[in-house]
Amino acid sequence: MLQIKNLVVQIEDKRILNGLDLTVNNGEVAAIMGPNGSGKSTLSYVIAGKADYEVLDGEILLDGENILEMGPDERAAAGLFLAFQYPLEIPGVASMTFLKAALNAQRKARGETELTTPDFIKRVNAAAAKLEVPKDMLRRGLNVGFSGGEKKRMEILQMALLEPRFCILDETDSGLDIDALRIVSEGVNSLRSPDRSFLVITHYQRLLNYIVPDTVHVMSAGRIVKTGGKELAIELEATGYADYRQTEAA
Amino acid sequence: MAQVTLMRTPTETALVQAFDAAKAYLPGDVESRAQAFETFNRNGLPHRRVEEFKYTDLRKLMHDVAPFAVKPSSTTAAAALSAARAFVGVEALQVPFVDGHFVSDGIAFDQLPEGVEIVPLAEALASGHDWLAHLSPVPWAKDNPVYQLNSSFMADGVMIKVTGAVATPIHLRFVTASTAAVATATRVLVLVDDGASVTILETHESPHGAAHQPNDVIELVAGDNTNVQHVRLNGEGDEALALSTLAVKIGADAFLNSINVVAGSAVSRHQVFAMFNGENSKAQINGVTMITGRQHADSTLMVEHAVPHCESRELFKTVIDGEATGVFQGKIIVPSHAQKTDGRMMSAALLLSDGGTMYNKPELEIFADDVQCAHGATCGQLDDELLFYLMARGLPRKEAESLLVQAFLGQAIEFVENESARDSLIASVEGWLKARA
Repeated sequence: MLQIKNLVVQIEDKRILNGLDLTVNNGEVAAIMGPNGSGKSTLSYVIAGKADYEVLDGEILLDGENILEMGPDERAAAGLFLAFQYPLEIPGVASMTFLKAALNAQRKARGETELTTPDFIKRVNAAAAKLEVPKDMLRRGLNVGFSGGEKKRMEILQMALLEPRFCILDETDSGLDIDALRIVSEGVNSLRSPDRSFLVITHYQRLLNYIVPDTVHVMSAGRIVKTGGKELAIELEATGYADYRQTEAA
Repeated sequence: MAQVTLMRTPTETALVQAFDAAKAYLPGDVESRAQAFETFNRNGLPHRRVEEFKYTDLRKLMHDVAPFAVKPSSTTAAAALSAARAFVGVEALQVPFVDGHFVSDGIAFDQLPEGVEIVPLAEALASGHDWLAHLSPVPWAKDNPVYQLNSSFMADGVMIKVTGAVATPIHLRFVTASTAAVATATRVLVLVDDGASVTILETHESPHGAAHQPNDVIELVAGDNTNVQHVRLNGEGDEALALSTLAVKIGADAFLNSINVVAGSAVSRHQVFAMFNGENSKAQINGVTMITGRQHADSTLMVEHAVPHCESRELFKTVIDGEATGVFQGKIIVPSHAQKTDGRMMSAALLLSDGGTMYNKPELEIFADDVQCAHGATCGQLDDELLFYLMARGLPRKEAESLLVQAFLGQAIEFVENESARDSLIASVEGWLKARA
């Protein structure tokens, strides 16, 4: 599904990713853990196509196709989704309006017909009910005045609605209380399927108790330095990242 | 002693000639027109060294004087009105004007909504109607050259009296039929009796490709306990030089809610002169401007808190593309006796291109010591982070930009209470964005 080869990225002359290699297979849930500053968020932004980063080398293949030349909107239409660590507030754009515009833009880009309003509303309501997103939240400006938990639920709602094939969750657990974490995780788990993959970026093992990964990668100094099964996350929780920071110095 | 010779620009000379010719046929008292014109002529067209016109130099922008429009035939008028599109579908009492002249057969005088009386201005001026005494409700408006020109040349208009709670909006439809450039000067006076309420819609449309010169004045006299909603749309053609003034006097315990939306004209200047005349009143005065190419749009506002305990809110939003120029000048005046005044003025501009210019000049003139007044002005670009967020959800760049622009302007439009007028304004924003894409 997703293959990253020798990715080298810098921002304002500062090297963030140093020849990163990563493969996520169809249906796989891969977790990336790592200390602050290891480049986890940069990786998620670069995959999604944020403009501020300079890709010096390497490629990112989604189903064998290099997406680096594509704009963020084209990547989204190709099935990529980034759940933001800090979802942005957009006053004046009702969540409902935004969701419809996004969904129809993607459908249009893929050559599909646009959804009719009743069809769209049916889908939104179903997804909203599952994520316990109240209807009045959908009428309000996107993320405006939402709590941290509400914003994250809105991200997962978008994910459920847009039905991407490759989902990146960038520290989705940050700022969530236990209940919100459970709701969000259940939302994610219900979307797991053999042809949808996830890249779950987190500092803590806690999230991985809820969203159980198939593989765990440890990232340090802009590279994947260790890969293992879900037990690796538990091990890390006990030992911390100290070992990997040494790798960084080496 | 040195000889002082007053230099006149060709446009100013043409205005003198135009007035000499017009005063012979314009209705009503020549004396008051002559007085207004004389006052105007003393200083001529305002230019950049006149503070209030620093950014809108009419001496430069007004190259000539278009011939004053003659009253169109009823067939021409009917055709122009049926082709006009602004606020079509908004249920309202239509009060039509074509080429600056009131179209009396476009309105059923015997079927006016209860609480509405309408008198054509040309007739009223000719006969010396009682209501004329209410013209110029804001005395200091007379110091303004644009207003002076209107007072000199006003050829037609209507006077409307509202005596109750009128649910049907009154739609003043100004349509220019002439495809050759014409000048027009209209005046509308709206008298809102104590306790009455009304919604006044005002749309201005003219054909592209002709340098029309409309100068329109609306005067509102809002009594005590009144609620006046005013929605204005400038949809003038792409070469028009449109000057307009809203002069309003607000009684006690009243509410005025006015918005001006600029979606047309090569050059426009909309002036709002508002005066609180009774305590515990509120005014919400908004503006939305969408300009591109080499358009120039000026919103000038003066709010005088002539009495204590009033609240004014101003929200102006400007979107600038191409090499267009936006101007906002707003002044809140609080004399020493107007204690407990609460005034807040905000102008925000969004520059979509490198070539656009915005002049923001908010001012507070406060002589009272127990007041709350604030102003703010911003100029900025679309937020890259927000654009990325929207694009990451699949919206192409232009669509993402459009959504953000709509949201930006929507914050001023959402104050419009009449739902279908509001929808029409949103549609004109969408139309502007579509033309841009």
